[in-house]
Amino acid sequence: MSSRALIPLRFSVREHPILSLVAARVAISIPILFVVSILIFAATEVLPGDVASAVLGQSATPSALAALRAEFNLDQPAYLRYIDWLSGVLGGDLGTSFTSRRDITETISLRLGNTLVLAAATAIVTVPAAVFLGILSVYRHNGFLDRAVNAFTRATVALPEFFSGYLLIFVFAVTLGWLPSSAAVFRDMSPGARAVALILPCITLALAVIGHITTMTRAALLNVMSSPYIEMAELKGLSRWTIIRRHALPNAVGPIANVVALNLAYLVVGVVVVESVFVYPGMGQYMIDAVLRRDVPTVQACGLIFSVAYIVVNMLADIFALIANPRLRHPK
Amino acid sequence: MNDAPLLDIRALSITARSASGPIRLIDDVSLTLARGQVLGLIGESGAGKSTIGFAALGYLRPGLQVTGGEVRIDGRDILALSAQDRSRLRGARLAYVAQSATAAFNPAHRLGDQVVEAALAFNRLDRSKAKKRARDLFAMLELPSPNTFGERFPHQVSGGQLQRAMIAMAMCTDPELIVFDEPTTALDVTTQDEVLKAIRNVIAASGAGALYISHDLAVVARVADEILVLRHGRAVEHGATRAVIDTPREAYTKALLDVARRGGSRSPEAGSTPSLLSIEGITAAYRHGGTILHDVSLSLPEARTLAVVGESGSGKSTLGRVVNGLLPPQAGTVSFQGRTLAASLDKRSRNDRREIQTIHQSPDAALNPRQTVGSILVRPLGFYFGMTGKRKQARINELLTQVELDPALAKRYPAELSGGQKQRVCIARALAAEPRLIICDEPTSALDPLVADGILRLLRELQESRGLSYLFITHDIATVRAFAHEVAVMHLGRVVRQGTVAKALSPPFDDYTGRLLAAVPTLDNVS
Repeated sequence: MSSRALIPLRFSVREHPILSLVAARVAISIPILFVVSILIFAATEVLPGDVASAVLGQSATPSALAALRAEFNLDQPAYLRYIDWLSGVLGGDLGTSFTSRRDITETISLRLGNTLVLAAATAIVTVPAAVFLGILSVYRHNGFLDRAVNAFTRATVALPEFFSGYLLIFVFAVTLGWLPSSAAVFRDMSPGARAVALILPCITLALAVIGHITTMTRAALLNVMSSPYIEMAELKGLSRWTIIRRHALPNAVGPIANVVALNLAYLVVGVVVVESVFVYPGMGQYMIDAVLRRDVPTVQACGLIFSVAYIVVNMLADIFALIANPRLRHPK
Repeated sequence: MNDAPLLDIRALSITARSASGPIRLIDDVSLTLARGQVLGLIGESGAGKSTIGFAALGYLRPGLQVTGGEVRIDGRDILALSAQDRSRLRGARLAYVAQSATAAFNPAHRLGDQVVEAALAFNRLDRSKAKKRARDLFAMLELPSPNTFGERFPHQVSGGQLQRAMIAMAMCTDPELIVFDEPTTALDVTTQDEVLKAIRNVIAASGAGALYISHDLAVVARVADEILVLRHGRAVEHGATRAVIDTPREAYTKALLDVARRGGSRSPEAGSTPSLLSIEGITAAYRHGGTILHDVSLSLPEARTLAVVGESGSGKSTLGRVVNGLLPPQAGTVSFQGRTLAASLDKRSRNDRREIQTIHQSPDAALNPRQTVGSILVRPLGFYFGMTGKRKQARINELLTQVELDPALAKRYPAELSGGQKQRVCIARALAAEPRLIICDEPTSALDPLVADGILRLLRELQESRGLSYLFITHDIATVRAFAHEVAVMHLGRVVRQGTVAKALSPPFDDYTGRLLAAVPTLDNVS
């Protein structure tokens, strides 16, 4: 389906493969985001209860419920409320939270900032380390180091985040007392204190993604290492290190960029568990709270941002792979 | 320095590890090679030619092990060197030219950088001198615009040019020993002719010794001073080229020679059977390319074989794709049994699809490696005939027997079969649909000569017993003469000559057909 959508654009901006890719992706993203917003809206509609019953709880009187519903237009049919919301979003307004009555754009930018800081800090450390471990284990293929790296990555993949998170808290916060167990950050916190608070959640997240990236880097490289041109390089007398660096790595960039992108997306949208373990005020927590309170506009806004994050990192990975592929950079 | 021969392989034995114990690939093979000499290694695939070629470079493919013997370069046993010393020796003094340059060049780097890489790594030349040498070699190998040729990426040049670029890569370090591993097998005849000339020139100019590996006796005969015939890892016969060709001692060598010599035309029964397939004014193009076929018209009578010959890039395979509906043409029609077929496959009826089947060049690529032979054959039976259970099983056995395979192979995976067996499975799959026309796209060019011969014989028997018609795409003139009734010669997307084999492939020729025929290596035009 997607390839068909690409064709007309290919022709118009054909000389610039990167521009045409970006244009095509943006063009596809709009209907995707539209469908995502409908799905999220429908899902919140299907859930039992609404914001009025969630806020007022057991003691709600029918008249109080009705008043609150009228305030949020919940007495209107669902499609009207969706259209209302959509016209707001198209005008750049994500709406107002049902529960806090605050402007969502404002709250969410704070939360998103926190999430991006944690994701970026983790990525800066983890991605190079994981790629390096993958290369190292190919360099020492089937040797002791390779086996050790494999054992480590298998262990980290098998370890659930809530377990490794609590384990780290137990060791570094409770037993040794070196680091804080909570990563709650506040507006007037010093940058140093913020950084210290981020160490444990960062390590926990790093453990969650490093195994995947390392394993896939190793697999992508080994796949390339079985190519005839690698044998040719060996017959030219080149050293194994030169062969990996110059002949294998450039041809494995595509798959490696893809797995890195997948994990970057995970760092943005999948950190709910780590955020709750460390009480970190990020997007994941925010969305879960909103779902519990049936705060539909907030859930919608979070969903849209998560979708955009996925689309952007995947596009970056594709651009990266495109740049690395001489067939696309230098057409016949 | 010393008077030891350049290469001296003594009683070499190599085994492969496998689940069912070690398999002996090379069994007690000895050979010597002097500087300036070319030794041809000949034999079918699996004979151990490439393994010996690699061993001469001190290299073993993963899983292989030397169990006896020595490989000496200038009297020094290179298998006894450390891995690092061996790499250095290889980079500085030995060189390898692979069968498929398309696969052997790294797609990520420019040709020039790859050509000079070893010369730079082993400190024999600085960058500007190395580049100069590469340009000289490109010029000597008659590559287009040699000064800028190195700027291109592998995908930007043709297969024949890439093969010559690989020879330049091998020559760039000025090696003393070069191993040519089937360097022309993947090329069509006219290109092969040019590359063979280039190889002879560089060997003569450099004074290096060369091992020339091929399964094609006629090709080896054109470059080698001596020939060593291998079979199942053993040396069968060894002698001067002329002597081996004129007075072979071993039955196996005689069989190889017979296949290489065969060229007798097929009886041209000029019967006027009705036309089964007729192609009218086909013009076709791929979406991103120029026009491939220009106004092509052909007709194929019932129970006959129409061969389509031409170099790579002449549009032969594209024509096959138009006929089987994979590539709807821009103009023209394909009629089958008097009816015009829908241009694209998805508009053709199931019955139309059933009656036209295809056999591809590479059975490896055409068979799903994760399906057993049985399940590969089951699909058309269920799809076209709705067969189930016992009937299906019986039919699979019948099909395998028809292609002369043991029905027990139904449980095997393609990887467990030989190249010839795999191609037979592809034929069985085509037969399963009970077609009237089979498009054969170079079905034998990836196979060894004796195996290819067997496949052609099978196709001919099937034609006689079931009245099949073949659209036979090939670049091999000898096959056309032996196998086809009619022939169409294609050049740059146009049919330049067509008719019965006897007429079309006899003089007077048009320019192109004349060149095509002159380029075919035969045992009789060995200089």
